[in-house]
Amino acid sequence: MKYIALIYGEDITQTPEEIKAEIGEYYAYETGLGARGVQYSGHALHPVSTATTVRVRDGKTLTTDGPFAETKEILGGLYVFDCNDLDEAIELASQIPGAKRGSIEVRPIMTFE
Amino acid sequence: MEAIKEIFQREAGRVVAALMVHLRDLELAEDCLQDAFIAALRRWPSEGVPRSPAAWLITVARNRALDRLRRERRFDHTEAGRWALENTPTPEDDMNPDDIPDERLKLIFTCCHPALAKESQVALTLQALGGLSTPEIAAAFLTPLATMQQRLVRAKRKIRDAGIPYQVPPAHAIAERLDAVLAVLYLIFNAGYVASAGESLVRHDLCAEAIRLGRVLCGLLDHDPMLRGGASAEALGLLALMLLHDSRRSARTSPAGDLIPLEEQNRSLWDSAQIAEGVGLLDRALALQQPGIYQIQAAIAALHAQAASPTQTDWPQIALLYDALYQRTPSPVVALNRAVAVAMADGAERGLLLLNELDGLDGYYLYHAARADLLRRMAIMGAAREAYSRAYALCPNPAERAYLLRRMAECE
Repeated sequence: MKYIALIYGEDITQTPEEIKAEIGEYYAYETGLGARGVQYSGHALHPVSTATTVRVRDGKTLTTDGPFAETKEILGGLYVFDCNDLDEAIELASQIPGAKRGSIEVRPIMTFE
Repeated sequence: MEAIKEIFQREAGRVVAALMVHLRDLELAEDCLQDAFIAALRRWPSEGVPRSPAAWLITVARNRALDRLRRERRFDHTEAGRWALENTPTPEDDMNPDDIPDERLKLIFTCCHPALAKESQVALTLQALGGLSTPEIAAAFLTPLATMQQRLVRAKRKIRDAGIPYQVPPAHAIAERLDAVLAVLYLIFNAGYVASAGESLVRHDLCAEAIRLGRVLCGLLDHDPMLRGGASAEALGLLALMLLHDSRRSARTSPAGDLIPLEEQNRSLWDSAQIAEGVGLLDRALALQQPGIYQIQAAIAALHAQAASPTQTDWPQIALLYDALYQRTPSPVVALNRAVAVAMADGAERGLLLLNELDGLDGYYLYHAARADLLRRMAIMGAAREAYSRAYALCPNPAERAYLLRRMAECE
């Protein structure tokens, strides 16, 4: 099954050194995924200040500045894994470096025949 | 009819567990079990109860599942689809019950998966393993039927759609997952235990059901090469704890339904066979040398159960056990119980000092009831009456309110 792991945490406030260290952690994490043979793709997102929200109502497009929901913890990045079941997805999510600082939401991805 | 319902309830868990191996869909498995039950109600009265009711029910439910999958043409890439393609219906009496592996351990872990809400875990366990109907579960948890229906359907769909696996968890996760299972059984037991006599009997059946499931769990763990021994110590401890609490059932309430506190209970009404069984299980658990919160609580319950009277109880030992429990679960409620034990061991004054140090219990009726009891023993009647009335105002349980009212009157 395919799962998406959405990485929530506080918006980027780290120093350049801290960011460098975090990138190192993610690099090690992805090396582990590869060694384990998990098919995955991952993306880090720019800060929430760059977000734009789009809605269409009555045929009119409404574009607003900012993320969908204004909360303290924001979506900072994501992974898509192809793995056996929810237990394996939870295990992989628990190893994402961001899990220690923020929260990971795990959702199964729908497949259509 | 009643006998068939009883057989059905006893075997439901095994049937659903066996079906889940192929179907991986709890909703479908339960529906097929219901169909098999209706067939049993129609045929057993005239044909007689089959040699192995479980094997009969599994075969009929399995045939029904094949039928439905075929009719819906679900020969897709899923496990169930492949299974439907490769198998054909079989006659009811063709299956040797010994050839059907007992898969209930997988079912227990699936129903108690932490990705499900705790209240859903409880309801699923009672339904899938306990064979209780949705109206029965709704009544037991004083929940509207529609809410319970929705809770169960949602949980079953999450198991299917989120890919919650049907397996005994791997070694690295077993401790946490077994804890979740035990927590569910204890929640079921407590829901029955705290129910007042005025409430419907079905709530008290929850105690019996939790004990039955506890027995099933201990038996299954014992048969699993990976889980027998150390891992099962807390499961044994929980079963012992439930048996020991439940052994006081007939002594806990007066004929009028009022609560009788431990120290005033008629100890000859305690179920001595159940106490012996609980103590025996606790000894088995302790021998495994993997202590935990259920074993500690069972040890406390065992000391109460084996004492001839309140004064002959080993209170110093109970105070020590509450110390050990507090180290593992540092909650104010545990500290409260510890203070009460110290009061019994070393005098009401020491206990009251400990109680006065506790924070965060001002809204908890048992805190005020415990203070009131100690003040009464110290003959400080005015303060005792005041504390009883605080407890009375906060207490939600009618049987215990009656007890507090009686105590308050004694302090006049």
